[in-house]
Amino acid sequence: MSRALRDVLDDFRRTPLLSALGVTTIAFSLFALGLFGLVALNIRQALEKLEDRVEIRAFVAPGTTPEDMGQAAGDVASFPEVQSARIVTSEMALKRAQSELGEFRDVFEGAVLPGSIDVQLKPGRRDPATVKSVAERVKRFSFVDDVRYGEEWIEKLYRLRNIAGIAGLALGFAFAIVSVIIIGATIRMAVLARSKEISIMRLVGATDSYIRRPFLLEGFAKGVLGGLLALVLTWIAQTMINRYVIETIFFTARVALLGLLFGALIGLIGSAVSVGRHLRRV
Amino acid sequence: MIRFTRVSKSYPRTGTAVNDVSLQVNKGEFVFLTGASGAGKSTLLKMIYMEERPTTGEVRVAGTSSVTAKANDVAKLRRKLGIVFQDFRLLEHRTIEQNVGFALEVIGAPSTVIGGKVARVLTQVGLAAKGRALPRELSGGEQQRAAIARALVNDPFALIADEPTGNLDDRATRGIFQLLREINAQGTSVIMATHNLELIRRNEFRTIEMARGQIVFDSAEPASTAERRTP
Repeated sequence: MSRALRDVLDDFRRTPLLSALGVTTIAFSLFALGLFGLVALNIRQALEKLEDRVEIRAFVAPGTTPEDMGQAAGDVASFPEVQSARIVTSEMALKRAQSELGEFRDVFEGAVLPGSIDVQLKPGRRDPATVKSVAERVKRFSFVDDVRYGEEWIEKLYRLRNIAGIAGLALGFAFAIVSVIIIGATIRMAVLARSKEISIMRLVGATDSYIRRPFLLEGFAKGVLGGLLALVLTWIAQTMINRYVIETIFFTARVALLGLLFGALIGLIGSAVSVGRHLRRV
Repeated sequence: MIRFTRVSKSYPRTGTAVNDVSLQVNKGEFVFLTGASGAGKSTLLKMIYMEERPTTGEVRVAGTSSVTAKANDVAKLRRKLGIVFQDFRLLEHRTIEQNVGFALEVIGAPSTVIGGKVARVLTQVGLAAKGRALPRELSGGEQQRAAIARALVNDPFALIADEPTGNLDDRATRGIFQLLREINAQGTSVIMATHNLELIRRNEFRTIEMARGQIVFDSAEPASTAERRTP
């Protein structure tokens, strides 16, 4: 391994321009992937915020006691899909309506609003089918008059989420493939630059795995360096967008680390493919 | 030690390079391989170190068969062979010592062994004082000596030399040939492809002549003498 490491350092020193070109190419292809990831992340975040507003509201018949409502809310809260169920009495509903309407609050003077049980579902259980099934079960309580949950709105939200998910996956995959191809081509240049050395290594009896080792290490190192550079570029881009366009979120440390590992992995795969093809040909 | 049994080699684009060759080279032999360009000499040599595999027939070198050898077997076989070319094939950015040591390094020899072996072999080829030089700082003859040193450093049982004097003047040619004779005298077989008929005439070594992919003369087999065709 120490020989492989020395070879990599030698190569960086001997052909600094080619090595810098390799790292920069990897950085820019990962930067494009990073920007795309950032857009996908922020769209997902926005959709998740919308999903938080998915709520089932079960209006109760006039005269239902808070005790009955409390017991029903307790039962509903024990459903596996349900995160919380809270009761809103007639008085609370009036107060809420008045506060939501601000300067028009007088409209509700003397009005009677029905009480309700407001049900929040757990994250990941807010799809149209689950919402509908919970709504139907809540409706079975004898004192529940009506259940509202914005059926159409939830369906649209989910369709949008699915489209965004599929488009994100397809585009992400395409970006990743393009990155692997570009990185493979860059590493191929490094392999060609050392083709004489490779042929001599083979002549004196080096095994293919021995020849491959420094190239794999080099691909890995270039992937990590390129990944780091891409991360910095993406961070700068996000800071600029935050300052001049719109407030966005950045990758968590874990995702950033995964991105870095991804860079290293495609550096490794690109190298393995390039050097493997070269070894088969010579 | 090296045995060709009814070996043919053809390429999809250029056709037959070697045609039905059977041949044996024994331990400690010195063999000249001669013939016009394109006669199949280089292909024959490449089949010894298994850079090329026969299309039909079998090449067997020190127990390794061209029919069954895997990539790793070929690598191991080459550690027991020394290979020298007309164009030296030295690494330009490494010193002569590093070039010679490279052959030991890539087969995983410990660094404590490498220094001593390199010094010994550089002395043997007469380059003890040039170890720190870069290849471009040496003459053609010296570069070929360095390439021979690299080929010798693993103590090979046979040295395969493809036109080793092709790029050298008469004086350097004599020097390299003398070195190859000394190596042979120490027990290493030498198989040398050459166009230099003068060299062949002056030395009483076994001579194999090729034409159009076939052996047309082998001084070790009197019967073939009758078939000899002048090129």
